[in-house]
Amino acid sequence: MRYDMSLPWWAWALMGAGLIAFIAMIAASIRRNNGVKRSLFAAPYTLWMILFTVVPVILIAYYAFTDASGAFTLDNFRHFWDSNYTKNQLYASLGPEAAAFITRGTVNVDTLVYSLWMAFLCTVISLLLGYPAALFMADRQMKLGPSLVVLFIIPMWMNFLLRTIAWMSLLEDQGLINQFLRWLGFDGVKLMYNSGAVLLGMVYNFLPFMVFPIYTVLSKQDPKLGEAAQDLGCNELKTFTKVTLPLSLPGVISGITMVFMPSVTTFFIPRMLGGGNSMMFGDLIELNFLTEGNWNVGSALSLIMMILILVSLSILRKADPKGEGGGMV
Amino acid sequence: MWENEHLIDLKKICKEYDGVKVLKDIDLYIRKKEFVTLLGPSGCGKTTTLRIIGGFETPTSGELLFEGKEISHIPPYKRRVNTVFQKYALFPHLNVFDNIAFGLKLKKLPKSEIARKVDAMLDLVNLQGYGKRHVDALSGGQQQRVAIARSLVNEPEVLLLDEPLGALDLKLRKEMQLELKDMQQRLGITFLYVTHDQEEALTMSDTIVVMRDGNILQIGDPKRIYDEPANAFVADFIGESNILKGTMVRDELVEFAGSRFPCVDFGFGENAPVDVVIRPEDIMLVGEDVGQIVGTIKSVLFKGVHYEMMIDTGAYTFKVHSTSMQPQGSRVGLNIVPFNMHIMKPMEV
Repeated sequence: MRYDMSLPWWAWALMGAGLIAFIAMIAASIRRNNGVKRSLFAAPYTLWMILFTVVPVILIAYYAFTDASGAFTLDNFRHFWDSNYTKNQLYASLGPEAAAFITRGTVNVDTLVYSLWMAFLCTVISLLLGYPAALFMADRQMKLGPSLVVLFIIPMWMNFLLRTIAWMSLLEDQGLINQFLRWLGFDGVKLMYNSGAVLLGMVYNFLPFMVFPIYTVLSKQDPKLGEAAQDLGCNELKTFTKVTLPLSLPGVISGITMVFMPSVTTFFIPRMLGGGNSMMFGDLIELNFLTEGNWNVGSALSLIMMILILVSLSILRKADPKGEGGGMV
Repeated sequence: MWENEHLIDLKKICKEYDGVKVLKDIDLYIRKKEFVTLLGPSGCGKTTTLRIIGGFETPTSGELLFEGKEISHIPPYKRRVNTVFQKYALFPHLNVFDNIAFGLKLKKLPKSEIARKVDAMLDLVNLQGYGKRHVDALSGGQQQRVAIARSLVNEPEVLLLDEPLGALDLKLRKEMQLELKDMQQRLGITFLYVTHDQEEALTMSDTIVVMRDGNILQIGDPKRIYDEPANAFVADFIGESNILKGTMVRDELVEFAGSRFPCVDFGFGENAPVDVVIRPEDIMLVGEDVGQIVGTIKSVLFKGVHYEMMIDTGAYTFKVHSTSMQPQGSRVGLNIVPFNMHIMKPMEV
């Protein structure tokens, strides 16, 4: 198998043509405007995006639809559906007796379902924890609000890998929590290497991405609107359900997006805190690329993930057509 | 007897924020169907007074009575008053119809009745057919009308209006002033109106309450406030004035700007310091030889209906409004009829 960058001639030709077209566009723009146009300042960024986003996506698509020899195939997607696909092909070719051993390997699909479920749980928990926090922080009467904002920001100054590793030293068998429990005279408890620990790590890392969009929308809300609602007959609860909540939905949607997306694709947290017991789809992609060295299947899995994300983005975009949440929708 | 006519009574209302007194012993009553205006410069406490009545602030001390019952700790949603907010505070997630229907829906009225009442309100504020519009798609004047309709549809005993016309242009503001006054008279609802625009207050009100630094300086009908201001501040705030330091030589004789003038005021004592207020339109320009005082015209401005002239008499520069223009630099005589001099005790502040 060869995983060097020797692409077929037409792939190079395509990329070269793209680059030439890009330069030609800039040249034409300078000529048309008799000088440098403002939009030209976006050119370095556009070039960067083409090189490091568009080209990789093309490469992923290329690898997803080819086999190790570079020939077109859909086997990589069959492999997603049946992780024993290669083995089963072999059994099938050995005749009816061997065919009895054919069993569909469900690990890839199961992992995807598990990832989506974990991401869903993480999003729901983040929302339940994050909305009240944002509400509290945005309340002008609360003097503590601004300090809480800083408390949420400070952990984000640290690298998230470090923060996850820090959680390990808290949760592991000889970790701080267990030492404390033993010191109190209790038995140690198993806190790590299960779905709960992974979920904890995910919520911990992604919670700020839920809180801040909601906080931004809430703090921009005119306090007079709440007063108007009360004036017209709403008690505190009704003011919330009829005015504050509906007006904060753009922030909620933005928060959901910014928590759900990285949750589905996360691979470091489950590996550290789940210890391989609860593999997620991101781990599976990483496994295929780095451990198995099978770029083709890895690319197919990535492509499936990307399509899932695009579909959910377009659904969320419908819910906040004006993009008021200021998120990445 | 009068007491029964009072819809709202404020008795010795005080409000402090972090030890700073913004309202100092406010005493005020509002009668049924009255159009009362709180008038004063920003920071005088007029909006705070309105917010206390609306239920958005609690007074630090004092009593707030509604039909004789204490209400200062009753939440806004249980008060029979509605507020029109300064910047309208329309709900941006609802269309015009749903904004107006907001209060009625909370009362769980049947749908047909809600629709009927909202349509009647849209008629009243001249917005027929705008129900489905988004509030962001309306002009400032239209938003203002929706805000008024949203409050009035709940049939409040008192409508509180917090500088509702402040964001509109002059022409629209004048139109809305007349419309509001007309609405108030037709519906027979008590209006409590807050503004810093003295002209607006004079046009619309039955009663004007002039406030400054958390105190009420004067309460009275527009004519009385204009013609007999209680002190120099009120005189200055309501319309334009010449305000001079003077001395009451004896009853019916006052000295200011270096001359003695006969007047109609008495009871200040002899040689008492006073403030003298003269409206610019109350000074008559006459020939140099027959004037009570003589001055030189420093500047002439054309103001539409009249000319505004600054006339320097040496001791004071008078502002004079007149329909006939005198050329700049010419010497003129100034006459003031005794009745048009307003003499008041000097202000303590």
